[in-house]
Amino acid sequence: MSVLVDRDTRLCVSGLTGREGSFHALNNKRYGTQVVAGVTPGKAGQSVDGVPVFNTFVDAVRETDANAAMIFVPPRFAADSILEAADAGIPVIVAITEGIPAHDELRVFNHLRQAHPGTRLVGPNCPGVLSPGKANVGIIPAAFFKEGNVGVVSRSGTLTYQIGNEIAQQGFGNSSIVGIGGDPVPGSSFIDIITLFEHDAETELIVMAGEIGGSAEEEAAEHIAEHVSKPVVAYIAGFTAPPGKTMGHAGAIVSGTSGTARAKAEALEARGVRVGRTPTQVAELAVELLRG
Amino acid sequence: MDLLEYQGKQLFARHGIPVPEGLHARTVDEAVEAAKGLGFPVVVKAQVKIGGRGKAGGIKLAGDADEVRAHADAILGMDLRGFTVHELWVERASQIEAELYASIVFDRSAKRPLLILSTRGGMDIEAVAEEDPEAIATLHVDPLLGFQDFHGRRLAYAAKVPDDLVRPIGAFLHRLYGAFVSEETTLVEVNPLIVTPDRDVVALDAKVTLDDSALFRHPDNAQLRDPSAEDPQEQMAKERGLTYVSLDGDIGILGNGAGLVMSTLDVVAQYGGRPANFLDAGGGSKAEAITSAVEVILANPRVKAVLFNIFGGITRCDEVANGLVEAFRQIEPTVPFVVRLDGTNDVEGRRILADAELPNVHPATTMNEAAERVVALAREGVPTA
Repeated sequence: MSVLVDRDTRLCVSGLTGREGSFHALNNKRYGTQVVAGVTPGKAGQSVDGVPVFNTFVDAVRETDANAAMIFVPPRFAADSILEAADAGIPVIVAITEGIPAHDELRVFNHLRQAHPGTRLVGPNCPGVLSPGKANVGIIPAAFFKEGNVGVVSRSGTLTYQIGNEIAQQGFGNSSIVGIGGDPVPGSSFIDIITLFEHDAETELIVMAGEIGGSAEEEAAEHIAEHVSKPVVAYIAGFTAPPGKTMGHAGAIVSGTSGTARAKAEALEARGVRVGRTPTQVAELAVELLRG
Repeated sequence: MDLLEYQGKQLFARHGIPVPEGLHARTVDEAVEAAKGLGFPVVVKAQVKIGGRGKAGGIKLAGDADEVRAHADAILGMDLRGFTVHELWVERASQIEAELYASIVFDRSAKRPLLILSTRGGMDIEAVAEEDPEAIATLHVDPLLGFQDFHGRRLAYAAKVPDDLVRPIGAFLHRLYGAFVSEETTLVEVNPLIVTPDRDVVALDAKVTLDDSALFRHPDNAQLRDPSAEDPQEQMAKERGLTYVSLDGDIGILGNGAGLVMSTLDVVAQYGGRPANFLDAGGGSKAEAITSAVEVILANPRVKAVLFNIFGGITRCDEVANGLVEAFRQIEPTVPFVVRLDGTNDVEGRRILADAELPNVHPATTMNEAAERVVALAREGVPTA
């Protein structure tokens, strides 16, 4: 088992004909992911390494039974592409694009919530979803990870690789690794993904990596205390971030006194979640719990 | 991007939001001319992005040209909590009968815009929230529906504004919402929102935060600048397309990925060091980007040692190593470097560094070891750049 993507995933890539899109989509294909279609308006009939390209998502779904989408188009086109994929009935949409305007994200989120409640958007501004040994959708370097029982959910890509790699070096693998992205309005929250892991038979332990900005970690802390039976280990980045400065990710900003790393770590610890102070310590805590 | 007050008021005016008449000035003479054009009395206001400018002496009332001259002379060049005043806004003095507060914030938790209204304006709203939470009324708006007149009425009645003001405040909020959406802001705040003796409502201050990711759709807003807020290294990094934030320590930091870089700063701090900057070289950084980043880091004269913390995914460690070798060839750094390369092509990257025999470059295998090492080196070192 795993969450969101697996051997049954049939992926359609928006932006397959672009340089970045084709590079990563073909990487995903080599990993074993079923990459069944691409969407680029005006390029129907072409193919990229044997993957057929369609003008619209509706055409791609009709011809290939695609059931997942990866969005790899520039920011100004990305919201439209996400909405098109949802409109075509695709249930899992992974948006890699960084730099989508916040109001676009707001409209997309609210529209999906109201008109497509069964659609799950992961991202934007995220590294994607990897279910080791099954499927990779996005830009996560799969070589560092193997199959196992640790579910990882994170706002950051490289930090996930750092923590995941330290856990892997101790001999443990992952059910799935989910990057929810560093933007102010992520399609999926920590709570959404932790809920999926809670119900995933393979996942025995959950690692969440948060960072400054917003209150998603505090909300996750409450949820974990009330609804999650599996052990959770957390990490929060940004203790040294000054207020009012955006630290790389559009969503990583301490506004006045809210959104600090300290408040998040304290909220999690108050609810019984163990918080590692360094990525190494997170891996140690996870391994300790896994070895029982 | 946060706007200065006058930039915010000009943006408000474009959306029909009432603001006092005013003019921008960079010199004392311009301020005097502006005041004469507007008519006395006027208020001379320092344009810097801090709250509490009045208390800090950055806002002064002037009854005639001599007073304008004296105040402008005193305020220009003044240091207001670390910000030097380079610009003034001169505006007609307003008659104030009451001070309210209005704002629209981008509520990340609810994923909806949040309207906030209070009759207790002119003071720090967070302080009001603490001592008298009942005095603050809030209401979410569905962004797909947009602002409706009932939103304004509901909020105004909830905030207990006088009956005769319910309609004008509703109209004000409607326009404020229009500005919030069409300019793609993440915050519009009016504090105080004043009531004049004629019972008109006017924005006496304007705090606006624009969404940087949306600036491509707003070329006019993208041109707005604040010379007093620009840090030289941040400016240099921006021109080179690097994500850089200045901090006040002495250890230069470079990493790939925002989360890993934030984590690196934290780990350095845990070992007792003080980071000089945040620098995310980004995913897939090529050698040129690394060389360019080293130049930005070393342009800060406080830097005594530099830490490279790379976990290669899309980023290849051999590219990072080549970039560092090239940086040493071009700018011959004199401060020590600690370099931790892990992930994609790490063996090749470490070999390139070893073969180059760069002076004062120390390899490290783990993030913790790297942090500990760079902190020790910064303690020994003296700034030489």
